[in-house]
Parts: sequence; structure tokens; C-alpha cells
Amino acid sequence: MSDSAAHPREDDPDAEPGTDPADADGPEAADPDGEANRPDGETTEVSTGAESVVAALEAAGAETAFGVQGGAIMPVYDALYSSSIRHLTMAHEQGAAHAADAYGVVAGEPGLCLATSGPGATNLVTGIADADMDSDAMLALTGQVPTEFVGNDAFQETDTVGVTRPITKHNYFADDADVIGDVVGEAFELSRVGRPGPTLVDLPKNVTLDDTEEAPGPAEAPAGTDPDPRAREDAVEAAARAIEDADRPLCLFGGGVIKGEASEVAREFARAYEIPVTTTMPGIGSFPEDDELSLSWAGMHGTGYANMAITHTDCLIAVGTRFDDRLTGGIDTFAPEAEVVHVDIDPAEISKNVYADYPLVGDAGTVLEQLLDAVVEEPDADEWREQCQEWKETYPMTYSTPDDEPLKPQFVVEAFDEATDDDTIVTTGVGQHQMWASQFWTYTEPRTWVSSHGLGTMGYGVPAAIGARVAADAMGESDRDVICFDGDGSFLMTMQELSVAVREDLDVTFAVLNNEYIGMVRQWQDAFFEGRHMASDYNWMPEFDKLAEAFGALGIRVDGYDEVAPAVEEALAYDGPAVIDFHVDPEENVLPMVPSGGANGRFALTEDQL
Amino acid sequence: MSGEDAAGMPGPAPDERPQPEGRRNLEGHRIDPVVEAEHDSRRAVISALVEDEPGVLARVSGLVSRRQFNIESLTVGPTTVEGHSRITMVVEETDPGIDQIEKQMAKLKPVISVGEVSGSAVTSELVLLKVHGEEPDKVHAVAEMYDGRTLDAGPETITVQLTGDESKIDDAIDAFDQFGIIEIARTGQTALARGNIPTAPGEKPGTAGEPTTPNTQ
Repeated sequence: MSDSAAHPREDDPDAEPGTDPADADGPEAADPDGEANRPDGETTEVSTGAESVVAALEAAGAETAFGVQGGAIMPVYDALYSSSIRHLTMAHEQGAAHAADAYGVVAGEPGLCLATSGPGATNLVTGIADADMDSDAMLALTGQVPTEFVGNDAFQETDTVGVTRPITKHNYFADDADVIGDVVGEAFELSRVGRPGPTLVDLPKNVTLDDTEEAPGPAEAPAGTDPDPRAREDAVEAAARAIEDADRPLCLFGGGVIKGEASEVAREFARAYEIPVTTTMPGIGSFPEDDELSLSWAGMHGTGYANMAITHTDCLIAVGTRFDDRLTGGIDTFAPEAEVVHVDIDPAEISKNVYADYPLVGDAGTVLEQLLDAVVEEPDADEWREQCQEWKETYPMTYSTPDDEPLKPQFVVEAFDEATDDDTIVTTGVGQHQMWASQFWTYTEPRTWVSSHGLGTMGYGVPAAIGARVAADAMGESDRDVICFDGDGSFLMTMQELSVAVREDLDVTFAVLNNEYIGMVRQWQDAFFEGRHMASDYNWMPEFDKLAEAFGALGIRVDGYDEVAPAVEEALAYDGPAVIDFHVDPEENVLPMVPSGGANGRFALTEDQL
Repeated sequence: MSGEDAAGMPGPAPDERPQPEGRRNLEGHRIDPVVEAEHDSRRAVISALVEDEPGVLARVSGLVSRRQFNIESLTVGPTTVEGHSRITMVVEETDPGIDQIEKQMAKLKPVISVGEVSGSAVTSELVLLKVHGEEPDKVHAVAEMYDGRTLDAGPETITVQLTGDESKIDDAIDAFDQFGIIEIARTGQTALARGNIPTAPGEKPGTAGEPTTPNTQ
């Protein structure tokens, strides 16, 4: 919300002449004694709170920021002017938060986003809540009105700390320029230690403008927030005996496996004891879906074989999952005969939704290593493994492509999967397209599936693709493809960020699976509301290919099967953002489906079974 | 999906599939299909040592409300250590619920330690009572019976201060009811463990994932 850019100093409550002398010329009296301790031994001079903020970010290793300018955050932006941190201006603060979130997911480092006070901060809220639900490391910096105005309903004032308190791991109000850098460094570190999550520092304008000689010290997470990575040995031994004794063991790998960089050891663990593997949706990529042991992901729209396995297992080895209701279905019928071994870094997740017979609190990779040492005998589960393979054949993930029906969205997903390498990053919005993108793409690597899981934020896909692209480029992996699968409804929510992709010449392919419905709602209306399509009909969508061209991107429209492969090829070959508007079958449903609160083992394979 | 189109995926319908006999209760425990085992709720006193920083009470009360824990009272006050405060909460929850409250509170950055105060703890509450003043002698007699103090006595009203554990306070309020209680203000229970037992454990509990209640350290 850059009010001050359009009308400099007119609307700004702190801009009255004489009230804020530092505002007039910005930092000028650089203090040669203000130094920040950088990990590389170099020092940075700081002279203002804002410079201390930026010095702290650099010292903590932040390389990229996403944000939108505005009155109260201007001092921080001014300090970014001469920083090594790359800043990408986004079209909307929500886009900045999602881009930062996705950047963090791909890079494995906290993402960084900035916004001004008031509407800038409230626009970040959806993105912060999204990161919170998915335990993504992210630091949000928000401008705030000067401390003397706080609480007076000043122009563009919002109680940002109050608003974001329930959706952050912790948030801070920085009211002292002398420690502002330390606070920012602490917030950055806190977001990544233990169970990751978003943190926020609210930065009043007078504090960022304030003179200070105090450079930030090394960034450190607060005491007691970086938990012991090892689980208790006796608990590990007990769990190991349960695993050895199991007849029908099953691994359930969640997003924590990926966040804990434990995919390698997770694979080693499952293969060492030949235990079949299912994942949660955020756990996609933790285990290769083309492995014979893989049953793909379980839950509401998970595969039939994953849901059969999770229903019949007698020993569920769950790692880094919080047993979300979209995974469990009705708790009464969730893995009802299984002893649960639950590995999690957050003790509060133990027995929160599903009782853990064997709680193992610790880092996913470390605890799996402990289990690898402790489990001596492979469980005797030949029959069970055969059963799991049989279920794969009984409930195959198929769809039909009749001549008299429009293009099927699943076909588009498969076409992209075939045309790209394993390291391709997929981002999505939320809805039917998200489910097809997860079901009909074979994921093999961690940090290649970037989606909004817990919060279910429509519009996540476009800014996330931008964040993912920037992250891959920053990692020197610009040859990786980034594909954003989006729905027509989802795309329309954040497609203004396409302007950023064009401006930055980002090589991203946006595949809109356009069914002229807010399709998941339409599917539920057909199944549970007798087909009354209240507010779900989206036949009023603009022509996305032409809109893409207006933005300066490549725009392609696809209506039939024969156009798919050439369009995919053209878009992938195009060096820059490309949008393909795939007009797909409006009546196609996402299956299988476990109705809300239903039994996983009773997934519907047709709409009639719902 | 419109019309007779039976599009979908192949495989046996839900009723044709084997389903396990077992069930879980609402708390996610496996249960015998015949025996429905569920926990009753109980009252628990939870004590937390917190950093006395702005917003700490909002963080705690926000946590309690958004996770829908049943809370009866909450008191907060400084300790002898500068920068530390003690929060005492009385909650009505099942054992797993109490466990969750403690673990979730332990995750709040300003919370230094938290735990349930065992049943043998000393608890007390302060109450201010304002009753009609027509019968001052009787009011004083009742106040004396409950070790109360008269803080203010006028021609129309008498204000009495009472302290004690919950049952004593409840009895006293019943006794004062005969004079007509005009206004009442209660602090809620506050508590300390007996003897050498620390009221809140010395470090954040639940680090091994085991239930942290009751605190028997």
C-alpha cells in the first residue's frame, strides 16, 4: 500500500514538519563504530535502526526478500537499497507472503517478506496463516506507525502483533533501535529451529529511523526453542520391538520428513525393513512414488491402496505428521487396529489427534537413524506386502478419455510430467486441479511439491511459482522447470503477480485447468447439495491466454487432446512466463474420495458411492 | 456429474471391501469395539512461570480460547524474580486435554515452565463481598466465622474480604447470602505446591512426549 509513493508525505501522520527530523534526510550521520558481526568475520556499519535490521538479515544469511513498499516500512527499504539482499516487488502483499513461503520450501531456508503497516500487514495475514498451518519457516517484517501514535488509530495503523499472534510461532514489537537488529536476527532463527513456522517483527517507523550505534550480534534463537534432536533411548527400544513384531507395518511420512531433511534416511529405513510407505500430502516427495514400496499419499483424495493400507495396518510408523482431518477422515475408523509409533519434533503433536502408543519426540532424521540402529529384525510381513501390491492392482488410479467428452485435466498433468525431469518443481492453488496435480504426477524428490495444505489457500499457486523459481535460480538450479497448476478460480485470485514474472523474466509455466467452475465446490454440491450450483459457476472467466499476452507473457489456449503436447512443448521451450489456458471437462470429479469424517477404507470410487 | 454417466474408478465398492473391526474413541485411543472408553473431565490447577513481557497474558488467553480449553479462572502476578510472573489457571478438562494445555503453553516463547499443580497443593482465593448493611452485627459475626475482614462499613452497605480455598469460599458466600449480596469480586484460585516440590517444573515439560500430568517431580 504505497500511499507515500503516490503522495509523498501528505498522508503520513508522522510527516508533520518538525516532529520527526530524522525523516527529512534519512540516514546521514553514519557511525563508523556501528558494526555488525557477520559470520564471515566481516563487519557492517550501521547508523540507524533500519540499517541494523538489514545488517541482521544479511548476517543471518537472508538472500532474497519479497514485498511491497509503503509509508511505514520506507526506512527499511531505504536500507535495503545498498544491501546484498535481492528484493522483488510483488503486486500484492499476499503474493509477497506466498512467494516467500514457497521460496523457503524450495530453498530450505526461511523466506522473507516485507510490507508496510495497516493494509500492507493485513494483506500478509493469509500468507502468514498459510505458512503457520504448513509449518514453513518464514520471517515477515512489517512497518508500523511511530510508537507515539500506536494505539491512537493513526493512519494505516493496525495492531499487527495482535492480529498475527495466533498465526505466528512468535511475533515481536521492536520498540528499541539499539536491539532491533538482534530481535530481527532472533526472529529469523526462531522461524527455522525445531518445528519451523512463521515469525513476525513489527517495526515502528520512528524506531527504524532512530540513530543507533548498536550493530546486531550473531543471530540466535531464544533459549529453549531448539529442541534435543534425539528421542529417548528406552522409547526408541520399545518402538523398535513393536515394529519388529508387526504383521502389517506401514510407514506414514509427513511434511516433517521433508522439513527435517530426512528423506534420505526415511528411504533407507523403509527399504531396510521392506515396509510399505504412504505419505501425507505435505509429505509428497519424501519417498519416491515410483518405488515398489510406495503406495502414494493417503487421505480424502489419496489413492485407494494407500487408504486400504492405512485402514488395515497393525503398526503405523508416522513421522512428521500432525494427523490432519483430511488425512485421518473420521478418527474412529483411522488405522483402528494399529499401534502408532509417532515421531515428531513437537511434543504437543503427540496424542493430540491420534493416540501415540510409542511417542518419539525428536528430529525426524535423527530418530529414524536411532530406529535403524534399534530395529534388528525385519518384521515378518511378506503377506502384507503382497496384499499392498494387490490393492494397487485392485484400485488403480485411472481416468477415461472418451471421444465425446472434453479434455480431461488428468491428461494435462500427465503430459507435463512426461515432458519434464524429476527435479521439476510443481506449485498449485487449491481445489480440484491441486488434487489432480498431486495424484497424476509421479513425485520422486523432496521440495518439488509446493502447495497450500493446511490452510487451503486458493491463489497460492502463482506467487508460489515465483518464489520457487527465484529460489531455484538462487541455488544455481535455473535449468529446473517450474510448473504452476492452477484452477480458473484460484488463478484469478492472484494472477496479478504474473506482472512480476514478466518483469523479472521468470521461466515459469502456468497451466490453468479451466473448468469454468469453482470445481471442488461444484463436486460437493453435486454430491451433498443435490446439484444446486450456488455461486460455483465460473463461466464468467476472462480469456486467460489473451490476458497473459496483455501482461507480456506467452499465452496459449488449448481445447483438445491433440493440442496438449504441442502447447506443453512450446510453453516449456519458451524462456519466460507462459500461460496455457486448458479448457477441460467441467464435469470431471476428483476421485477416489473419502467424505468428510468418513472411514478411509470406505473411499468412494464413483460419485454414486458418496 | 450429470446423467447416467457412471464415470469413476474401478474396484470393489465400499460395502464390498473388508473393513476392520477396531475403532478409536474421540481422543484417538484404540478401543475395544464393545467397551467405549472415554475420559471424564476434571478440575486441574495449572501453574506457569512466564517472562513478564508485553502481551504474555494475551498469548496465554488467546491460546486457551482458540483451542477451546475450558478455563474457570486465571490469575497473574509478579514473582520475586524480576521479569518473571506466575500465571495460575484452573481448568476443567479431560486428562488428554490437560496434557495438551501444558504442551501448547510450553510452546509459547515467554513461558519458562508450566505444569499441573498436584492435588496436595495449597490453594487460595481472595473475595470481596458487598452486602446490605441493615444487620451489621450479624454480618460481622459471619465474617468472623470465616476469618474475614470488614474493609468498609456504612449505613447501607458492608464490604468484607475473605480468603481461603474453594470450599471455604463457597460456604462463606452461602452464609452471606442471607444479607443479600449486592456485588462480588473474586480473584480465582491461585496455588503453590507444598514443601520442596516446585510448583512448575524447572524446565519445559513434555520433551519426551510423555504425559506431563500430574507433575510429580
